[in-house]
Amino acid sequence: MDFGFGIAPSSTINLDKVDRSRFTRLHELEPDVYKCMACGSCSSTCPAGRFSGMSVRKVILALQRGKEKEAVRMLKGCMLCGKCSMVCPRGINTRHLILSICRIYNEEQQ
Amino acid sequence: MKENIVIIGGGAAGLEAAGQLIRLGYSPIIVEKEDHLGGHLAEWHCLFPDMTPASDIVGRLAGAVSDANIFTNTEILFINHLKDSYNVMLSNGVSIIARVILFTTGFRLFDAARKEEYGYGIYNQVITNSDLEHWFRTGDDDRIGSVPMEAVGFVHCVGSRDEKAGNAQCSKVCCITAVKQAIEMKKRFPDAMVYCFYMDLRMFGKKYEDFYISAQRDYGVRFIRGRVSEVSENIEGKVVVKAEDTLAGKPVRVTLDLLVLMAGMVCNPDSTKVASMIPLQTDSDGFLKSKDNILEITSSSRKGIFYAGACTGPKTVPETLAEARSAALDIHNFIESL
Amino acid sequence: MIYQGKQKIWSEYQKEIPDDHWFYVRSCIRQNFFPGAEVMFMKICREELGKDIYETPYHTTCGGIAYHCDTIPQETVMTIVARQFSLMTEAGYENYAASCITSFGNYIEILETWNEFPEVETKIRELLWKACRREFVKPKYVAHASDLIYKFRNDIAARAKYRLVNRKTGEPLRVVEHIGCHYSKMFPSKGVGGAEYPYVLCGMIESWGGNVIDYPERRHCCGYGFRQYHVKANRGYSIANTHKKFESMEPYHPDMIITNCPGCPYFMDRWQYAISEIEGKTYGENGYGIPVLTYEEVASLVLGYDPWDIGLQLHQVAVEPLLDKMGIPYNPDEKYKGLNHKDIMRPELPGVLKCC
Repeated sequence: MDFGFGIAPSSTINLDKVDRSRFTRLHELEPDVYKCMACGSCSSTCPAGRFSGMSVRKVILALQRGKEKEAVRMLKGCMLCGKCSMVCPRGINTRHLILSICRIYNEEQQ
Repeated sequence: MKENIVIIGGGAAGLEAAGQLIRLGYSPIIVEKEDHLGGHLAEWHCLFPDMTPASDIVGRLAGAVSDANIFTNTEILFINHLKDSYNVMLSNGVSIIARVILFTTGFRLFDAARKEEYGYGIYNQVITNSDLEHWFRTGDDDRIGSVPMEAVGFVHCVGSRDEKAGNAQCSKVCCITAVKQAIEMKKRFPDAMVYCFYMDLRMFGKKYEDFYISAQRDYGVRFIRGRVSEVSENIEGKVVVKAEDTLAGKPVRVTLDLLVLMAGMVCNPDSTKVASMIPLQTDSDGFLKSKDNILEITSSSRKGIFYAGACTGPKTVPETLAEARSAALDIHNFIESL
Repeated sequence: MIYQGKQKIWSEYQKEIPDDHWFYVRSCIRQNFFPGAEVMFMKICREELGKDIYETPYHTTCGGIAYHCDTIPQETVMTIVARQFSLMTEAGYENYAASCITSFGNYIEILETWNEFPEVETKIRELLWKACRREFVKPKYVAHASDLIYKFRNDIAARAKYRLVNRKTGEPLRVVEHIGCHYSKMFPSKGVGGAEYPYVLCGMIESWGGNVIDYPERRHCCGYGFRQYHVKANRGYSIANTHKKFESMEPYHPDMIITNCPGCPYFMDRWQYAISEIEGKTYGENGYGIPVLTYEEVASLVLGYDPWDIGLQLHQVAVEPLLDKMGIPYNPDEKYKGLNHKDIMRPELPGVLKCC
């Protein structure tokens, strides 16, 4: 029966249901991904960010919250300029990280 | 030197101050309400950032005061103000006339059951930092060993930075304690997901930040910025936690095998009770009020009454020890000036 | 679950509930939703327990719905409430019992506001005088009607003809309790058992033989939330909350749900039908729903009243499976006969949710 409304989807992130297998592989290649403390330096300096929604901080978070498609979509805006590596206070090689993410998550999509 | 110095409290501050006073030639009297020395430290397993066993520290501190007069299982019944001194009446019948009293009455761990939404004392798998430390030390806790530990959570700021709980202050040590305990859990249960739910991470001390980075990078402890708002139990007896992942801007929920509440430091009601016998003022945070919070932190507004350690506010062990030494020197200078 | 831990909290949140002489105010909506509930409350209090419960036809809405929908300012709702208090004063009562949870919350909130801001109370007294030349004395005690049934739960148990026990197996029924948000979430100390682990309904369930289920979304809102339901565009959000609760309680296989709010039983009852239509899913046994009852209805069943006399035929979810479990006899042919045996007509049966 059509009531003119349905059951609204929940926005809650359920950590019980997040598949961590790809992130575990990423972590093996890029141990420093765990060092991110979400300071946002990378995003604020990103030349692509303000036009494309690209944010390394958000990508790292989204991957850990099971929002992989969202993360891969964001990464499409990256121009690999390396500015984020320069500003990361924890010395994460973000450029290398981005390439690894693309490799692992694009493989899965094919 | 025949100068009576009464030290109220045989924890880290009391022991260190007594040790220093002995070295300065005094014979301090330690009054401890428990049957053993060491206070909260005696209940702890090991300390950040170098995982030093707490028992070693208590052993060294207690070793330095073996010549002191120590009354354990003893409480202060009353303190009378005489002309230039104080008459301290103890529960063991001893009465001491002293010109100097040092308060090392410490803190009390916040009663986590007061945060009703976290279900401490109601849900089996909800424990406190102190319970976990007890398990590290003794291995004696059915809640931890008996079920598989697939996911463990830590809640920071339980009863700290919480106006509703009557404690607006930061308890200072819980952030780093959570990092330490999370690492220790990861060492014991390497396959477990370990989450820390925090509001801010306050890594102010020496090597704290290194410890935090190591927890993330080497142990994979996951930090979620958001305070747990509600805890419940599912049909399997596991703990279901609700919080907001404030970095993602979305609510988050997770099922855990164990939830550890980082109960904070609050003023010790026994400390307030003894202070009221003199009487001494309390500060806006409920802890004892120093004469000046920068220049004279170990002095009270009363002649001959000194403070050291967490009776004036949350402190780490190194801070407490430094303050105890400082108080010993202040006491020495005070006696010299009499 | 550590039961003693809950007992400790319950012992800390006990409120004083006078034994007798209450001024009772009805809810705006309950008489339509659950027409037997309020009648039975008075019948139980007056006839079974011999209490003095007074009500007046001159009382109006407390203004709570409009207040919570943000369509009237607080001064207006306060003046409406002041007039209710004047009716109580006039009738010579000082104990005030509200049938509605939102009214109860509203009265408590207003009294607390007046306590903190006496100048507001003075202003409201002026407004009331200007509007209708009335004066009032503030109630000495304010209770929700469920507090009274809670207080008398053991007297009811002593007179019980049926218990919340499965007649065939002898096992206690598995009962979900749901407390209206405005009962104690705003002022935990004003509710029996506080806000996190309210005891008011648990006490009744325990006293009448049932087992209380504590499931993960126990504290969650039923989904009504006034504005969330009243605006059609928000109804998907309303039903999502109800859905969340049912999904959470499902593994416990509840036999019934007891509530103490006007909106909660209505929404938890009716939304089971809507969920069954949208999702094709039902939560009771054999395609039925989980019966949702008000505490007065449950008290009436326990005391042996006829299910059709207390209005259970107006529930969406069929109550017959519950009646069978409790061993309560009923005549299916009488279900849709009114009190005067007039035919009140049969409802259309839903497509998915099984009803009798």
